[in-house]
Amino acid sequence: MKHLLGTRDLSREDAIRILDTTAQMSATQEREIRKLPTLRGRTVVNLFFEDSTRTRISFEAAAKRLSADVINFSAKGSSLSKGESLKDTALTLQAMGADAVVIRHWASGAAQRLADSGWMHGAVLNAGDGTHEHPTQALLDAFTARRHLVSDSEGKGLDGLTVAIVGDILHSRVAGSNVALLKTLGANVVVVAPPTLLPFGMAQREDISVYYTLDDALEAHDLDAIMMLRVQRERMTGGGSGFFPSPEEYTRLFGLDRARMDRMPDHAIIMHPGPMNRGLEISAEAADSPRSVIVEQVSNGVAVRMAALYLLLSGEEAPQ
Amino acid sequence: MSETATDALVIVNASLYGDTASDIVVVDGVITSLERADAPAGARTLDASGLVALPGLVDIHVHLREPGREDAETIETGSRSAAKGGFVAVHAMANTTPTADTAGVVEQVASRGAEVGLVDVFPVGAVTVGLEGKQLSEMGAMANSRAKVRVFSDDGKCVHDPVLMRRALEYVKTFDGVIAQHSQDPRLTEGSQMHEGYVSAELGLAGWPAVAEESIIARDVLLAEHVGSRLHVCHLSTAGSVDIIRWAKAKGIDVTAEVMPHHLLLTDESVRGYDPRFKVNPPLRTQSDVDAVRAGLADGTIDIVATDHAPHPDEDKDCEWAAAAMGMIGLETAVGIVQKTMVDTGALTWRDVARVMSTTPARIGRDENHGRPLEVGEPANITLINPEAPWTVEPSATASRSNNSPFGGIELPGRAVATFLRGRPTHIDVSLEGAFA
Repeated sequence: MKHLLGTRDLSREDAIRILDTTAQMSATQEREIRKLPTLRGRTVVNLFFEDSTRTRISFEAAAKRLSADVINFSAKGSSLSKGESLKDTALTLQAMGADAVVIRHWASGAAQRLADSGWMHGAVLNAGDGTHEHPTQALLDAFTARRHLVSDSEGKGLDGLTVAIVGDILHSRVAGSNVALLKTLGANVVVVAPPTLLPFGMAQREDISVYYTLDDALEAHDLDAIMMLRVQRERMTGGGSGFFPSPEEYTRLFGLDRARMDRMPDHAIIMHPGPMNRGLEISAEAADSPRSVIVEQVSNGVAVRMAALYLLLSGEEAPQ
Repeated sequence: MSETATDALVIVNASLYGDTASDIVVVDGVITSLERADAPAGARTLDASGLVALPGLVDIHVHLREPGREDAETIETGSRSAAKGGFVAVHAMANTTPTADTAGVVEQVASRGAEVGLVDVFPVGAVTVGLEGKQLSEMGAMANSRAKVRVFSDDGKCVHDPVLMRRALEYVKTFDGVIAQHSQDPRLTEGSQMHEGYVSAELGLAGWPAVAEESIIARDVLLAEHVGSRLHVCHLSTAGSVDIIRWAKAKGIDVTAEVMPHHLLLTDESVRGYDPRFKVNPPLRTQSDVDAVRAGLADGTIDIVATDHAPHPDEDKDCEWAAAAMGMIGLETAVGIVQKTMVDTGALTWRDVARVMSTTPARIGRDENHGRPLEVGEPANITLINPEAPWTVEPSATASRSNNSPFGGIELPGRAVATFLRGRPTHIDVSLEGAFA
C-alpha cells in the first residue's frame, strides 16, 4: 500500500491486515507508556481544507504516539474563495519533506488527485474527501464491530454479519466507505434511507438490501450492528431543496429510539461516527445504552490511524 | 502569406467527397475547373492523391475567449487552431468579457477575425444582456451591424425563463436568426459535477441528470412549434435528447441539433481518475448515450458536429475536480474523431461528413459563402483530409493557446492536412510545389 485513498479499492487482504495491525496498536495503548518509537524522524502533515477538529486530533494523536513529527496545515478555501491551490500547497509540502500527508478536503477526489498528480511523493492518507470516501472511519467502524461480534478475530473479516447503515447515504462519505468495506469483509449490508438520500442506482443493487423506513429493516433482518449517520442541518432546508419534509418526520421514520433498539437482538451494537444530533437520528436512551459503542469508536479511531500510518510509512511488520 | 500574389492553384487527383478522383483548379479564390488541363500557367500544384477533398469545414460552436480571457485563447490563436483542424469558418460564442451582447462587441470580434484572416469569424450574439437571462439583448442591432449576426446564444447558460425563451424565438424571425440553446435546467444541476449515474455515485460527485437537458429540449421544441420559429439545440448529449429531437422533426418542427466530438467518443468512465481535463458541460455521458448520439448523427436526427472548443489555461485544470473549469479544446481533433467514430465504423460517408461539418452548419448559421459544393464557380473553401495518416494526439502540440484536450494519447486515424480559405492556404501540411509567396 502506497496510499490509503478509499475502501473501494482496498483488497480484503489489505483491509484485514489493517484491522489486525489496529488490534496490535490498540494493545499498546493499554500500556502505561503509550508512545512507540516507530516513526521517529518521519514527518506527517495534517492538511485540512475543511474544519474537522475530531478527525484532525485523532490523526494527530495517532502520529504522535508513533513518535512522528506532526505539522498541522489548515488551508481553508472553497471553489468560490480560492485560497492557495492544492497544487501549490502540495509543492510546498514536498519541499518541506513531508513523508505522509493526511488530507481532508471538501472536494471529492482531492486525495486521489494529490496522490496521482506528481505534485508530491509522500504517502497520501484520505481523511475525508467531499461526499466520496472516509476510509479510516470505515476501518475503525469495522474494527469496532469485529472486536464485539467476532470471536478470536485476528485474520478474520465480518463474514455473515448483518450491518445496517441508516441515514443520509447520498452525501455521506462515511456511508460510501462503509458500504464498500463491509461488502469486502463479507458482511450483509442493509441500507435505510429516504429515497431522496440514496445514491443513484443503490436501490437497484442486488448485493445490498435497501429499505425506506427503519421499521421495515428491523422487521426483515436480525441486525448485528446498526450505524446511525449524522443528519446535516443543510439537508433539512425547505423550499424545494430539502431532502425530507421535517426533522420530526425524519425522526419518526429513521430515528433510533428505545422501542426500535429493543427490536434488535441482544448482542447487537449501536454505532455512530459522531457528532450526534441527540433526539434527531438517535435518542439519548439509545446513544447511552450499554449496547452503544460510540465512545469506543473514538479510541479505536486513534488505533486505526496509527495502523494506517504505520503500514504506509514503515515495513510490513507490526511492533511487538 | 501574401495577399498580393494572384493565387492560382491546382489540386491534383483529390478524392472529391471521398468518391471520384478529380482535380480542382482555383483562380483568384474561385473554383474555375475540375480539370488540371485548365490550370493557368504557373499555377501551384498540390498532389492530393489519397486525400479526401471536402467543402471547407464550418464550426458553429467555438469559444475564442477574446475579448476578456486572452490568457486562454485569442482570436488569432483560435483561428490558427481552427485552420489547422480543417475549418474555414467558426462561430465565436458570446460568453466573453464584455459579453457579446451589443453591436460594438460583435463588430470588434468580427473585425479582429477578419484582420487575422485565417478563418471567417462569425460572432454569436447573446440572447440576453450579460447572459443573465433577464432581458433580451439588442439582437436587432447585432443582426444589422457589420458583423451580421444570425446565431444568438447564451451558451454556457440556459435561457431558462420560458417566457423569455418564447420572446427570443419570436424576435429573431425579423432577421432570419436562430436561437442556439444551451439546454440545461439550472435548478436540476445546481452544483453538478458530472453525469448522474453509477460512476457519479461511486465518485461522490454531484450528479448532472440527463433529464436536466432533456426537459429543456422538450420545452423548447414545443415553444418553437407554437411560435413557428427556428431552434438550434447546442451540444446534445443524451439518448433521451435524441429521441425528443427525432419526435420533433417527425412533427415538422423547425429544429436542428449538434453533437460534440467528445460526446461521440468518451464516456463518464473517463472521470474515474478525477482528471479535470474530462470535465465538460454538458458532461460526458454513458456508453448507451454515446451509441444513441452516434445513431442520431448517422440517421440525420442530429444535423451537425460542432466542437464546443473551450480553451482554459493550465491553472483552471491543474487542480481539484470541483474547482476546475468546464470545457475542452477540440478544433484540431474533430475530423479525426468523426472519422474514427462515424466514417471508419461505416455510419457516415465522407459526403455525409461534408454535410454535417460544412453544408448544414453553414446553412444553420446563414454563412452564405460557406458549405458550398465543390463545383465550378463556387468559392474555393476547401479542406483536404488524409484519412490514412494515424497520429497520436499530443495536447501540447496544439496551435491553441490552451492545451486542455481530453484526447491526449489517443490514436486518431486521419486529420486535415490542408485548408484553403477562398483559395488561400491557411494550413498546409502537404507538399505544395511552387509555394505560396
